Amino acid sequence: MQEWASQLCENRQFGSKMTDSKYFTTTKKGEIFELKAELNSDKKEKKKEAVKKVIASMTVGKDVSALFPDVVNCMQTDNLELKKLVYLYLMNYAKSQPDMAIMAVNTFVKDCEDPNPLIRALAVRTMGCIRVDKITEYLCEPLRKCLKDEDPYVRKTAAVCVAKLHDINAQLVEDQGFLDTLKDLISDSNPMVVANAVAALSEIAESHPNSNLLDLNPQTINKLLTALNECTEWGQIFILDCLANYTPRDDRESQSICERVTPRLSHANSAVVLSAVKVLMKFMEMLPKDLDYYGTLLKKLAPPLVTLLSAEPELQYVALRNINLIVQRRPEILKHEMKVFFVKYNDPIYVKLEKLDIMIRLASQANIAQVLAELKEYATEVDVDFVRKAVRAIGRCAIKVEQSAERCVSTLLDLIQTKVNYVVQEAIVVIKDIFRKYPNKYESVIATLCENLDSLDEPEARAAMIWIVGEYAERIDNADELLESFLEGFHDESTQVQLQLLTAIVKLFLKKPTETQELVQQVLSLATQDSDNPDLRDRGYIYWRLLSTDPVAAKEVVLAEKPLISEETDLIEPTLLEELICHIGTLASVYHKPPSAFVEGSRGVQHKRLPGSAGSGESVESPDTGSAAGVSDAPPAVIPSQGDLLGDLLNLDLTPPATTGPPPPATSGMQLGAMDLLGGGLDSLMGDESEPLGGDLGGSSAMGAGFGAPPAAPAASFSAPVSGGLDDLFDLGGGVGMPMGAYSPPKTVWLPAMKGKGLEISGTFARRAGVIQMEMTLTNKAMSVMTDFAIQFNRNSFGLAPAGPLQVLTPLSPNQSIEVTLPLNTVGPVMKMDPLNNLQVAVKNNIDVFYFSCQYPISMLFVEDGKMERQVFLATWKDISNDNEAQFQIKDCHLSSDAVSNKLQGSNIFTIAKRTVDGQDMLYQSTKLSNGIWVLAELRVQTGNPTFTVCLKCRAPEVSQCVFQSYDAVLKN
Amino acid sequence: MIHSLFLINASGDIFLEKHWKSVVSRSVCDYFFEAQERATEPENVPPVIPTPHHYLISVLRHRIYFVAVIQSEVPPLFVIEFLHRVVDTFQDYFGVCTEAAIKDNVVVVYELLEEMLDNGFPLATESNILKELIKPPTILRTMVNTITGSTNVGEQLPTGQLSVVPWRRTGVKYTNNEAYFDVVEEIDAIIDKSGSTITAEIQGVIDACVKLTGMPDLTLSFMNPRLLDDVSFHPCVRFKRWEAERILSFIPPDGNFRLLSYHVSSQNLVAIPVYVKHNITFREGSSQGRFDLTLGPKQTMGKAVESVLVSSQLPRGVLNANLNPSQGTYTFDPVTKLLTWDVGKINPQKLPSLKGTMNLQAGASKPDENPTINIQFKIQQMAISGTQLHTHPHTLQLQSQSSSSQLTTA
Repeated sequence: MQEWASQLCENRQFGSKMTDSKYFTTTKKGEIFELKAELNSDKKEKKKEAVKKVIASMTVGKDVSALFPDVVNCMQTDNLELKKLVYLYLMNYAKSQPDMAIMAVNTFVKDCEDPNPLIRALAVRTMGCIRVDKITEYLCEPLRKCLKDEDPYVRKTAAVCVAKLHDINAQLVEDQGFLDTLKDLISDSNPMVVANAVAALSEIAESHPNSNLLDLNPQTINKLLTALNECTEWGQIFILDCLANYTPRDDRESQSICERVTPRLSHANSAVVLSAVKVLMKFMEMLPKDLDYYGTLLKKLAPPLVTLLSAEPELQYVALRNINLIVQRRPEILKHEMKVFFVKYNDPIYVKLEKLDIMIRLASQANIAQVLAELKEYATEVDVDFVRKAVRAIGRCAIKVEQSAERCVSTLLDLIQTKVNYVVQEAIVVIKDIFRKYPNKYESVIATLCENLDSLDEPEARAAMIWIVGEYAERIDNADELLESFLEGFHDESTQVQLQLLTAIVKLFLKKPTETQELVQQVLSLATQDSDNPDLRDRGYIYWRLLSTDPVAAKEVVLAEKPLISEETDLIEPTLLEELICHIGTLASVYHKPPSAFVEGSRGVQHKRLPGSAGSGESVESPDTGSAAGVSDAPPAVIPSQGDLLGDLLNLDLTPPATTGPPPPATSGMQLGAMDLLGGGLDSLMGDESEPLGGDLGGSSAMGAGFGAPPAAPAASFSAPVSGGLDDLFDLGGGVGMPMGAYSPPKTVWLPAMKGKGLEISGTFARRAGVIQMEMTLTNKAMSVMTDFAIQFNRNSFGLAPAGPLQVLTPLSPNQSIEVTLPLNTVGPVMKMDPLNNLQVAVKNNIDVFYFSCQYPISMLFVEDGKMERQVFLATWKDISNDNEAQFQIKDCHLSSDAVSNKLQGSNIFTIAKRTVDGQDMLYQSTKLSNGIWVLAELRVQTGNPTFTVCLKCRAPEVSQCVFQSYDAVLKN
Repeated sequence: MIHSLFLINASGDIFLEKHWKSVVSRSVCDYFFEAQERATEPENVPPVIPTPHHYLISVLRHRIYFVAVIQSEVPPLFVIEFLHRVVDTFQDYFGVCTEAAIKDNVVVVYELLEEMLDNGFPLATESNILKELIKPPTILRTMVNTITGSTNVGEQLPTGQLSVVPWRRTGVKYTNNEAYFDVVEEIDAIIDKSGSTITAEIQGVIDACVKLTGMPDLTLSFMNPRLLDDVSFHPCVRFKRWEAERILSFIPPDGNFRLLSYHVSSQNLVAIPVYVKHNITFREGSSQGRFDLTLGPKQTMGKAVESVLVSSQLPRGVLNANLNPSQGTYTFDPVTKLLTWDVGKINPQKLPSLKGTMNLQAGASKPDENPTINIQFKIQQMAISGTQLHTHPHTLQLQSQSSSSQLTTA
């Protein structure tokens, strides 16, 4: 009351100066005297009238605090109205007059024992509202009594009072044992008491995340379900939210809870409906999918969700945000309801945008025609934001529903014809994505796009257009002119456009080298010399070095095939989605972020997870998550446990990467570029066996100034925001699952569980689509959950290093195995190992750091461009001294020379020539290691003889042994 | 739970604040004002706004923003529902919910808010309990109060709070026992160029006015309950009975209340009772546009279409309109560009039409907006009625209300 009263006061006196207010108080002096006299009058009637006048003065903002003792004196009365008025007065002024408020305590205590339950409740309620420490001490005894009152109305009010008291003095509540009494109230016979107790406990639990206040077991659950049917709508919300935290023991219990919650879907209060949806969505996870009831439940969920969309716009918004989650988790629920998400002309913009999002999620082959017709209509609306999103939605439809791509493209072309500037720009951005998804299909539209070049003024659209021109430079006759026109204002462009322009011109150069030399020179000097942006400069240097050292490699890097994009990119990551499903109807579901990310003071917020489905052996008990969270607080222990030769590893920094997100693909892209740059240098350096190569890397003059910068910085900044621009660099590192015939040895156990404190690691290496991968199976054979995995390599012969953090997103539960693929690059520090292909690895988890060493097949280092020209081969073969030749025998190999050749080609050993002499096939082969070392081979295959002879010639003869082993392994597989 | 409430008027003044826990400074509303500035239209302010320490959840009703401040994770729907309940209560008490009405009754407003929430937990939101606690202001009572200085606080504490049927007070007495049920339906429909319905769904409510003595237990049954796709009941309805027998069985609250709202989905065919023929064109280069609109009844089962009101938001470039209605009157507001045509009753023999020209700003390019046409009408005694049309290329919106009342007693 005080706040609004003072507010009112402020309103009234707004504009008046101090003099006026002085005048105001002086007049009141007389009035207060009068009131004082009346309050102390003997006549009851007069007293009551006086209190009323005091309250009236108070409500209009006059300061009547001077009358405190006199008003409190009137408190001891049987008249209910008078009592209520005095309480009102007390709540208002107790804070400013704490000493005098004590005077009221006695009456409160007495009222708490009044025969009328309503008075008892009123007293305990009012007392809780007086936020004065001294009063709260006296509150404890009456509150204790009221919590055990025979009347449910009093108990219900007292339950809320505990929450109030906790807000004022949490320690007091705990010391007095009120929490236990509150817990007992969950089993109360009256539904309203149960609901309020649950509400109070939930509120208290929020400030004590780990206190386990709401200890749910089947008995209490049953109590809650009974109360659910009979309490008020608000109580139902509290109970449903509380139920959602329970994990049923089995699918039977889960089903019975679902059955009892389902009627809540028909409640008029949308908050009740959504809370019920949350409980059902969560518990449904446990139901076997073949159960009839499962299907029934799915059907029951759709109508209430649809009905929420006819409520007020604010409700619709929250409902839509939640439906967005629900359709991602269970698209089947609403798949036939597309039409209800069509926007209405009078929807507020925030509702329109949400509906669009859901329309795309529900788009399928069956309804795409309808959706597109709608989207096209939206694209001609007036609201710019909405139109943009609609155009973008058309693009997403094309990517999601392949059959519709053609129609989407023609729709977009129609929109481009409208010449509405922002529509055109948005359309070009999405057409770029469509090209990425369906390469070489819709390029006929490029001409139309080029017509609109001049109207583009937004960076994203310009960047997209430049990408298209660069990517399809060979089909655009005047590509060089187009790009040149962009180049004129290079320094005024945003970074996004600059990066894209640089890449596009390099692409153009690689495609049409003759005409564009000048252009590429120009852009490279602009990027490297005149730019302050490290990203741009670095990329400029990469290209420059690439182009000047090895144009063939440059072509492969820059013009490599790009991985297709898919619609999954805009879906919420599954573990987050699971957590959000558990938070349906809360703020988390509106923001699509886990509560820990934004709720204040929630350091210990428990991560909720969906229960596992019935029959699956996985144990997803809550204690697991609890302990995992607890352990993660401990600092990472990097204490050496084995003092053996692995000592070197100890110096490595094993702090886990800060984020466990997907590895920034840029890293590998960057480093692949760097690899080629260094190739030439390393070739000769490797020849000198004892030279520590690592140290030389930074100092190499060939590196240029741009590389002096720490590599981490550009890698980090490259990752998300400019992803579009970096596409060409990514693809080699992106890990496309293109199966190549490369040989990969079977997995072997690297770290036995005995040595790994329960962690068993087995693994192998493979080269897939040009990327070296370390494929591991991590098995948790310990009793506790493992988290925070990280990996490091010791320096090794070929500079192998992880290209990204170790991707173990979910904690590893006991007896769980997880397959991890770690992309590797070869730009790490170099040190010669014995044997050459030995790799020392350190793996860290929340328990300890473990060291092991393994040997990788050298064949995974054979690069794809290892095919030498015949002439070069001949010259090199002669050039390498015979001292460097090594001869080996491969026994028991029953393959024809052609089969051998094919097999080896799969592992990037290329047959350059074949000669047949006296029934003996001579295969001349070349292969190139990732560090640029060439290995030349002569393989002799005698028909009918299972023993082959292989002669290897290499400038660095120490690799020969390893190469031979690879030959042997590849051929025998 | 709900911490505080601020009421903000259209011009951005906080004219009332109420705190249920500690006081939150009104500066927290600055975040709301920021969002309000960003929004182009008043209704486009997002309903949930995060601030560093609080969350602001707002609803806009009667051009007043009701902004609730919360500090911890509270279901936003719970807050929004509660705010709407507050507005409904104000409307119930004061007849209208305007800034002036709230300021006039500021004392009652505070008393109400105090009773509706306790420490942020909803306490009494049922209108009959509230009315026992705090008597609604009437002209007579206001006069008496000003003379005697008495307040509106009830002398008695409400008994309903203790009962298992909290929505009904005890001891109700009427000399004339009566109960009325109004069925009001709205149809949302999208109709394509050729006039065929793409989608249509009905949103219906049954509003009741029950004035019966004692504790009446009513049952109500439907001719075709299968039509109803999804129903939301007033808490008084016994859900089990509905599930099993499709019968509404309930002890009604006293007075006016919404018994149920229902939804008939697009899967069921809906006959739309009126049609609109329209031709609104602007020519490039000309400063004139043509406007041609004809209404006609369709599948009304012989019932008359009454109280027809057509309104349309014309494009901003339109300066004025020269139209000729075949019946009724039309007005065009050159400031808001709103065209309204009060048609009255549709005579099937002589269809009402509105034809003429619109003048555009000289030299302005052809407007690219599609005018929206909103039509309200009433058909008495018909079950399926209102529509909302959405056609291409000109968007049409039809809305109608119709009610049929029938008397049912237990």
